[in-house]
Amino acid sequence: MDILVVHLFNALLYASVLFLIAGGLSLIYGVMRIVNLAHGNLYAVGAFLTASAVSQWFAGSESAFLYLLLPVGALGAAAIGAVLEPTLLRPFYRRREEYQLLVTFGLLMILEDLIRFVWGPYPISATTLFSKIGSMKVGEFFYPRYNLLVIAVGALAALFLWAFIYRTKFGVVLRATSQDMRRAAALGVNVNLVYVEAFTIGCFMAGLGGAMIVPSQSAVLGMGVDALVLAFIVVVTGGLGSLEGAAVGALIVGAVREIGVTVFPEIELAVLYLIAAIVLLIRPAGLFGRTT
Amino acid sequence: MTAAWAVPIAVLLVLLPRAINPYQTILLTYGLVMAIAALGFNLLLGYTGLLSFGHSAYFGVGAYAVAFMVKYLHVDSMELFLLGAIVASIVITALFGYACVRYTQIFFSILTLALSQVLWSLAFKFFWVTGGTDGLRVPTPKLMGAASSSEDKIHFLATGYYYYVLAVFAVCVALMWLIVHSPFGKALQAIRDNETRARFVGIQIRRYRFVAFLVSGVFTGIAGALWVPLNGLTTPDILYWPFSGEIVFMTVLGGFRNFTGPIVGAVVFNYLKTYAVGHTVYWQALLGIILVVLVLVLPTGIVGTIGLLRARARKKTSR
Repeated sequence: MDILVVHLFNALLYASVLFLIAGGLSLIYGVMRIVNLAHGNLYAVGAFLTASAVSQWFAGSESAFLYLLLPVGALGAAAIGAVLEPTLLRPFYRRREEYQLLVTFGLLMILEDLIRFVWGPYPISATTLFSKIGSMKVGEFFYPRYNLLVIAVGALAALFLWAFIYRTKFGVVLRATSQDMRRAAALGVNVNLVYVEAFTIGCFMAGLGGAMIVPSQSAVLGMGVDALVLAFIVVVTGGLGSLEGAAVGALIVGAVREIGVTVFPEIELAVLYLIAAIVLLIRPAGLFGRTT
Repeated sequence: MTAAWAVPIAVLLVLLPRAINPYQTILLTYGLVMAIAALGFNLLLGYTGLLSFGHSAYFGVGAYAVAFMVKYLHVDSMELFLLGAIVASIVITALFGYACVRYTQIFFSILTLALSQVLWSLAFKFFWVTGGTDGLRVPTPKLMGAASSSEDKIHFLATGYYYYVLAVFAVCVALMWLIVHSPFGKALQAIRDNETRARFVGIQIRRYRFVAFLVSGVFTGIAGALWVPLNGLTTPDILYWPFSGEIVFMTVLGGFRNFTGPIVGAVVFNYLKTYAVGHTVYWQALLGIILVVLVLVLPTGIVGTIGLLRARARKKTSR
């Protein structure tokens, strides 16, 4: 019985990190209809920033202060996003999808090497945050408390995002722009501003995902590329552009992955991709997607 | 215009190994192999209007088909390798294509990507079959039933194997030329330009897209099969999705709106990547910047831009 609780926690842990990455990707697609292939790299930037803030720049500080450093990666990724959208992506909204995918693929290659340039080729981590709060007993097993913190952050992020989009004025503007950009512009919405904000929020979430993962896993080169395909599975299953879809997709992928790792480790990844492919075959727009 | 250039270029390609050193010849061989893949890829992107982000799958199927034939069937004939790769890529592309051609635009791209990653994860995880990240070794094959005359692998690759690849390349180019200029090819272009009108004319869109997908995948599979003996090793890297991105990159670099674009793009990209890797650790960033600038400034690619410049020059002289 206790082992089931541990598995459940693991699945939720996985789902919340995936939601942070895929939710951002989906938000960006929902608002500006662009699939950002470099999204995983922003997740990686978040991980590297938090790791170096905790284990290099402020190493040896008060541990309470170190926990406050967690969002550093998210803020850094958001800042990069705020610069990238107006400079690099804006010229491409009117262009064909091929070019949009290619420019973000180019961006992926640049960001990957930028990380190599700044942090070098070796993995770094922020394990102090993981070990400081220790673990707790789940029946006969010990479970790291930090993982529960990650789950809480994922759940809170989902809640905040929902409240932000469905309960604030900015959310109304955002949804209006997403549904009909021209009409929103005609009604006086500053579409360019909405785009920058949506992209920045999306990158913030990716960065937060990276920041939350780095105390328990090292930040390594290539983590962005790996994360992106998983985020793809999530958004394809849930529906591109839908946040509910990203949440449900993340839970499905988290659960399948946890079951997969224990029961069929060899084909765990293949099963995930196949689920995405099957969902696309039955419901092209994903479980919660709009067909437009 | 393209046909008139074909003969001098063919003569040049035949004579070139006498003028350049073996290393350069091998580089050119890689370029020609990738050109076959890009040519196949462009039947979908340039002629049918479908952007596949999963062509690494078909390249990988060709390569792994050869590696499995070596490992499990002890085959060493290049002709059988090509045959096996063609059969394997027909099976896989038919399966994937059946699923993918129901969609267009971004969903097509994502579905092709997702399916290609199924193969990647299988190659990655089933290490006792596929060698995992260590990959599978493929020794020098027999060409037309004749074993390599010299023990020197470099010599073999730069002479016999180069001409073998060149011959396959020529056949592929000729075939693709016939395909895109046939009524079938014209129908694909009609679908690309206006799907609704094409349907009105009576073209069965999904079936045409499926056949285009099949042909495209098989060309890429052949490229994969030719690539393995050259590289000597196949690893899951060629199934991973960034490799699909490279195929898209080289096609756009040459220009996807014309026949020769992907060929030029693949050869140029291969040199570009080799020299970038040789000169800086940050070759990825360099290629990324080139890609971004290319898409911003020269969206028609190298061949498209040359065509534009020539047209402009002609206008000036006639005035």
